[in-house]
Amino acid sequence: MSKSNIEEINRNIYDIKNKDEYDFKIKKGLTPEIIKEISKQKNDPEWMKEFRLKALDVYNKLELPTWGPDLSELNMDDIATYVKPKTGLSNSWEDVPEDIKDTFDKLGIPEAEKTSLAGVGAQYDSEVVYHSMKEELIKQGVIYTDMETAVREYPDLVKEHFMKCVPVNDHKFVALHGAVWSGGSFVYVPKGVKVDIPLQSYFRLNSPESGQFEHTLIIVDEGASLHFIEGCSAPKYNKVNLHAGCVELYVKDNAYLRYSTIENWSKNMLNLNTKKAIVGKNAKMDWVSGSFGSKISMLYPMSILNGENSKTEFTGISFAGKGQNLDNGFKVVHNAPNTSSLVNAKSISKNGGTCTYRSLVRVNENAKNSKCSVSCESLMLDDISKSDTIPTSDIRTDEIEFSHEAKIGKISDKTIFYLMSRGISEEDAKAMIVRGFAYPISKELPVEYAVEMNNLINLELEGAIG
Amino acid sequence: MSENLLEIKDLYVNAEEKEILKGINLKINKGEIHVIMGPNGSGKSTTANAILNNPEYKKEKGKIIFGDEDITNLKTDEIARKGIFMSFQLPEEIPGVSVTNFLKYAKNKSTGKPVKIFEFREELKKYMEELNMNSKNMERSLNVGFSGGEKKKNEILQLLVLNPKLAILDETDSGLDVDAIKTVSKGIEMFKNDENGVLIITHNTKILSSLKADYVHVLVDGRIVKTGTQELAKEIEENGYSQYK
Repeated sequence: MSKSNIEEINRNIYDIKNKDEYDFKIKKGLTPEIIKEISKQKNDPEWMKEFRLKALDVYNKLELPTWGPDLSELNMDDIATYVKPKTGLSNSWEDVPEDIKDTFDKLGIPEAEKTSLAGVGAQYDSEVVYHSMKEELIKQGVIYTDMETAVREYPDLVKEHFMKCVPVNDHKFVALHGAVWSGGSFVYVPKGVKVDIPLQSYFRLNSPESGQFEHTLIIVDEGASLHFIEGCSAPKYNKVNLHAGCVELYVKDNAYLRYSTIENWSKNMLNLNTKKAIVGKNAKMDWVSGSFGSKISMLYPMSILNGENSKTEFTGISFAGKGQNLDNGFKVVHNAPNTSSLVNAKSISKNGGTCTYRSLVRVNENAKNSKCSVSCESLMLDDISKSDTIPTSDIRTDEIEFSHEAKIGKISDKTIFYLMSRGISEEDAKAMIVRGFAYPISKELPVEYAVEMNNLINLELEGAIG
Repeated sequence: MSENLLEIKDLYVNAEEKEILKGINLKINKGEIHVIMGPNGSGKSTTANAILNNPEYKKEKGKIIFGDEDITNLKTDEIARKGIFMSFQLPEEIPGVSVTNFLKYAKNKSTGKPVKIFEFREELKKYMEELNMNSKNMERSLNVGFSGGEKKKNEILQLLVLNPKLAILDETDSGLDVDAIKTVSKGIEMFKNDENGVLIITHNTKILSSLKADYVHVLVDGRIVKTGTQELAKEIEENGYSQYK
């Protein structure tokens, strides 16, 4: 059979580039002066300015990671860390400048807000440009705002939690994040409040050669529940862009948090995002994660099961095409008795793309009667693509159930022939197999994201023909 | 419009560099049921795969005409869309794609028309009842975890839904118990009319006890050595293939 030519094609809507217009763009590179300038621009309180400067010190002391994908092309002196779009924060789409609103329109954000969301935040470059939430949630005491506003208006909550779950010395890019963070979302759900409809934030990086360092801090208090959705995209420029966001999730006793995200960065983006959750007694943390774009991705969400009977589930998929190296995975620490974790990770690679599943399972001595089940499955669409699984487990008690299953496969010619014998073209047959492979993940995503994911798969698999 | 449905002319086919078919000639007219019988390795499945132009089988010589059209070198999906269906001996499993979604998609592709969801589901339910299939299977991933019998019935379900001009059934009866064979035969009877044709490939005669064939061909070592009526099948049941070797 002639191998069908699956070529990279335009990412249409994601690649709409708006003119690089901004109010203020920080000089490239990193010095204490630049950090002070960012802090001044952002109207930081004194403690935050000090925090940033300390983080810069840590950043300068730490080395780049010596494992994983090669990051040597990243020259921090070339990356502008703070880009302020030409607009303020608004709670009405009418007030958002036309070109920026147009971008979010094409991404379907305002439409989704009308139909299926309880609140929306939209970040453009470094600043949040839109934020709103349904009235009844405000009445129940739910806080959903941009991170800067939270620093100013809820200093106690922020100080108690900000970069406590992910400390600045975690790794070099977290330290960088601590120094230059900008934008992001803050959510607080009070005790016992169940937020039935999801909240969603969307991050869009437009400016070339800049970084996006949004900080997401979510606190779901005791007995409360929340579904939070995050989407990210950026158009493609020839220069490297950096995304080093940080997500800190606190799921208190008896609480539930579901955090869904699709990261669809442009294919020159280095996505070095850090996400961590601390899970309390009887609480549950669910991650649903799709990783599509970016040139290099190092993304390992982590659940720390600190409370007895706490649970976590991770459902994730990565899709790497030509020139992409997606090094993704999941980390879990079982740090209390009767805890459980369930991992279902999938990856698809094609056209020489590389997908690596890298994971860590740590079960501490006190985590008796815990369960951990990991399943990862990779699909390679041709002979030049790569797929690898690098699991690490550190288990310090005998009284646990642990299983790890890894499968690596290819689409067989027999399967394609079977589908073609039903009148389905070779390309459609491949897309059908891939969508089916991804289905256990896409069915966990909010419907518009599942549609987006299927569109992305089709887009990725469409041939050069026609 | 000619009465001729399928005509295979002097077909030579290699599989894995080995010559399997050595000059096959076969003509199927509308309204006819043909049976190809033969011992293991005689080239029965190769014939079916060659008609659908499976790239693993290489045609060295010969032609396949469908209606008035030469389909010898068309792609499998194009041949399928012309109206040829093949029921597989070992149907493939497609995780994450439900029977309903798969058939809806395939029907849309083969007819080129949009499929109305409600009517389609009703049609599907009706066929599944006729075939004694569990209607819960509609939402299951195609063939995943299906028993051998369920897979074969599922092939017949696809046949009924896609309603081709020519149905090729490759060893659909093998490995089935008597009841399942009856169900499969019933499905074939439901499909069959004066405008379409059926080519049954089998190595035993069980299916012929509940289905009447117009022609029986005996295939041995890549050649059709004898053609007859249903009587021929009976004779083979009694005496085997040894006399043709």
